[in-house]
Amino acid sequence: MSLTLEQIAQHLEAEVLTCPEHLQRQVSHAQGSDLMSDVLAFSNPDSLLLSGLVNAQVVRTAEVAGMLGIVFVRGKKPAEAVMLLAIECELPLFSTRLGMFDACGTLFQQGIRGMSDLVRPR
Amino acid sequence: MNHDSNPGEAALELLQSFSIKGDDFASAGSVSLAIKRMLKEVGFPDEALRRVAISAFEAEMNVVMYAGGGEIRLYLAPGTVRLKVEDQGPGIDDLELAMQEGWSTATRQMREMGFGAGMGLPNIQKNADRLEVETVPGTGTTLTIDIDI
Repeated sequence: MSLTLEQIAQHLEAEVLTCPEHLQRQVSHAQGSDLMSDVLAFSNPDSLLLSGLVNAQVVRTAEVAGMLGIVFVRGKKPAEAVMLLAIECELPLFSTRLGMFDACGTLFQQGIRGMSDLVRPR
Repeated sequence: MNHDSNPGEAALELLQSFSIKGDDFASAGSVSLAIKRMLKEVGFPDEALRRVAISAFEAEMNVVMYAGGGEIRLYLAPGTVRLKVEDQGPGIDDLELAMQEGWSTATRQMREMGFGAGMGLPNIQKNADRLEVETVPGTGTTLTIDIDI
């Protein structure tokens, strides 16, 4: 199951902040995290990041991990310099008024899955 | 840490050196993005590119956060990329502990940025084909990270 970034933006009632030309990218997995260390350690490439952090490191982390876009939850929007960095990385950014739990739940209902398969049992 | 099948030193060609500014959180990570872009432009395969980028980024963040600055040198050999990450920081007191997931000496500021969860070195280990860590308390740390294509 996958959705385009455009469909995801519709489901989350999200505003497109950058790179509207890349909204046809197909997303099958997503990760909701404010912990960039975890995103770097456990993430699928070709997935979507949902975060409540809006600093430049979130954009760099997503770019380095090969993610397809970032949704900022709780109505947050990054500073202009962070948006310019995302444009440079060709990384679509979105802002939704939904909280993290609701945004993730909405996407799960639409068939998007998480990264639990990547976590080794301890 | 793991010395088997290192590429011959003679085959390594230095592509570029990048200096990393310490404690500069605004630009932390930009060297790794430059490395990723550079390798992508020469047609580097996606999976190996991702492992190089993640390893470089984790190492760069460590240098910014803990070492007050340093340098990353990017080498290429047939079939292998090498990142040599060198700093003159405080060194790692207990390397065995630092290699454990979750062990961290991060400050509140680092954690607020989304880092310092104690995943850096273990994650480099996970993404690298070979990792060597030389560290001397009070003198500095050098990581040699090899990733095979």
